[in-house]
Amino acid sequence: MSNILEVHNLAKAYGDFQAVKGVSFDIKDGEIFSLLGPNGAGKTTTISMLSTLLAPTSGEASIGGHSVTRDPMRVRQMIGVVPQDLALYEDLSARENLNFWGQMYGLGGAKLKTRIDEVLAQIGLTDKANNRIKTYSGGMKRRVNIGIGLLHNPQLLFMDEPTVGIDPQSRRAILDTVKDLNQRGMSVLYTTHYMEEAQELSDRVGIIDHGTLIALGTQKELTQQVGEHDVLRLHVGESQNVEALAVALRSQAGVLRADATDHAVVVSVSNAAEALAGVVAKAGEVGLKIRSLGIEEPNLEAVFLNLTGRALRD
Amino acid sequence: MFKLFLIGFKDVTLAFRDRAALILMLAAPFVLTLAMGFVTGRFSGADSTGISDIPVVIVNQDDGQLGQTFVDVMTSADLDGLLNSITLTVVSEAYQQVDDDQVAAAVIVPPDFSRTIIPQTEADTQLPPAKIQIYANPNRSVSSGVVRAIVDEFINRLEVARATGQVAVTQLILNGIIAPSEALTVGEQMGERLQAQATDGTGPSDSLTLQLTGQNDQPAPEFDILAYLAPGMAMLFLMYTVSNGGRSILQERAQGTLPRLLVSPTTNAQVLGGKLLGIYLTGLAQMGILIGASSLFFGLKWGDALGVVALILAVVAAATGWGSLLAAIAKTPAQVATMGSAIMLTFGILGGSFISIPLPSPINLLARLTPNSWGQEGFATLGFGGTLAEAATPILALLIMAAVLFAIATVLFRRQAWGK
Repeated sequence: MSNILEVHNLAKAYGDFQAVKGVSFDIKDGEIFSLLGPNGAGKTTTISMLSTLLAPTSGEASIGGHSVTRDPMRVRQMIGVVPQDLALYEDLSARENLNFWGQMYGLGGAKLKTRIDEVLAQIGLTDKANNRIKTYSGGMKRRVNIGIGLLHNPQLLFMDEPTVGIDPQSRRAILDTVKDLNQRGMSVLYTTHYMEEAQELSDRVGIIDHGTLIALGTQKELTQQVGEHDVLRLHVGESQNVEALAVALRSQAGVLRADATDHAVVVSVSNAAEALAGVVAKAGEVGLKIRSLGIEEPNLEAVFLNLTGRALRD
Repeated sequence: MFKLFLIGFKDVTLAFRDRAALILMLAAPFVLTLAMGFVTGRFSGADSTGISDIPVVIVNQDDGQLGQTFVDVMTSADLDGLLNSITLTVVSEAYQQVDDDQVAAAVIVPPDFSRTIIPQTEADTQLPPAKIQIYANPNRSVSSGVVRAIVDEFINRLEVARATGQVAVTQLILNGIIAPSEALTVGEQMGERLQAQATDGTGPSDSLTLQLTGQNDQPAPEFDILAYLAPGMAMLFLMYTVSNGGRSILQERAQGTLPRLLVSPTTNAQVLGGKLLGIYLTGLAQMGILIGASSLFFGLKWGDALGVVALILAVVAAATGWGSLLAAIAKTPAQVATMGSAIMLTFGILGGSFISIPLPSPINLLARLTPNSWGQEGFATLGFGGTLAEAATPILALLIMAAVLFAIATVLFRRQAWGK
């Protein structure tokens, strides 16, 4: 699989402040790549450089083989950008906005009209297409914001935190749209500070903090990279001897660690599916009744915490 | 080029969908013009045009009858109330009065004026053409325009009379009634008769009353106070429109649409050009609507159509230059709005959009930096029956102003790497 995007030591400085410190990564054709990091980590600056809006201080990036610095117009034809902030004309309708932006990307005539209808259907706004944007809810505006980025069927779509500040229903719709686009073959660079979104969408994830890419790989690679494991959480009733169960489990095969807490035992295992039956059996052996059991797979939040000592939302 | 127009037309659409902006762009100047028209009696049927007692100084250096006739006309009862004419004998003193802003214009009747119009001797026929000179006060463009219109009408009448005399003598020769050698003598006799008639009040002086007539003997438009007020108000609020347009450049940056434009396959120059074109087209639309409405509802005659179109194109270009400069200097849309309001009022006062008031020389120089001042002069010239050629000076000045302002704004925009 070839790379649609290649980034080498890309950096951006504003005076003495280094917003992005030489990041390198690539995105393969048809891949969803998430750039995960807290606010101020350098995600938007990176996207701004890749979309030709900002000139890098150093480093290089190419999209479809075209340099973002030396051949920006070719790059712009290939990419779609969904900015973090809404970038719409509030006094135009959704259809008028799409029509304007479509023409800015060189579309016109019947092709543009057809494409506008398709995009309106895709973002679920066909019925309200002729209403002015200022009458829309925040979620609807977000969808139009995305629709504009899709109009010209870009090969690579940049989505900069597209779900910030919207209701869960609209957020769900946007995530589904991203998946749908990816299934149609579109490559996506998705930035977010929501771990769940990166986990749900991404083929690969780059974790960025203070302008530095601190980890890169599939979710599994990342969690293994930092030694994170599955966690089984067993909830038992009151006045039950959770400490006895913890002690018993520590000698169980596949169990890495077992700790007693209030009415629960937290068990770290290398593989939850393989260890589950033995753990439940051991609880029966020590006479404990399990009221509920939860399996917590290692997640990116834990990876970020492990790498930086801070939570993503700090 | 297509994208440039696309951005421009988008901005025009947005401007005309903004109700608050529409009120200031169209309703306010129209209503203010209407109100000032009522104040000045324009709609009450009164004869007053709002302009009276224009101070004029006349220097008659002519020793013939026509120079005196001109003085008589300027001081006649017909013009009493409109003109306040005084006569002097020294030209430099007349100039000084204009320079000191004591009078609206000095009118200098040259020596031999009568003899160049009606030759008395053969030597008179060799005299260079006589020209009545008007030394106009730029601070009082409307008043000096009135004086010029009166002088023009006087000269036109003389030209008609002279041409009639020449034709008559030629016909006499062609019909064999007189010999060519008698032409000069007959011409002299006709001239003497003209002078005699002028003296006893039955000749050309009667025809030189200031009842102006237009083409095909239709009454020509007399000076209409609205012809001063309407363009003044239109240009005052044109400055609002262009500053609002300048604000839209920064607003696009703030609302994220400018960066979005800059990551589309569009050059920075196309985006900036489109934005400026949008301001320009909005200004043109505003001026066009206001001029059309004032013609339709007030019956206002703006003058030579070609001249009016050229002047509108120029004045909107100059105003757009100021709007773009504002956008290049300001950091936020709010700053543009604040500075725009201040400039709109300052330019309006300096440029005579409210009323033509005499200004001290340094301030008058400042006034010339405003599109309002040049535009007001141009509209006054055209309103008094001037042609495109006669309005060329203000039009040229406005175009130069536009070019300079656009150049400065473009340099500033480039320096700040706009939109990023």
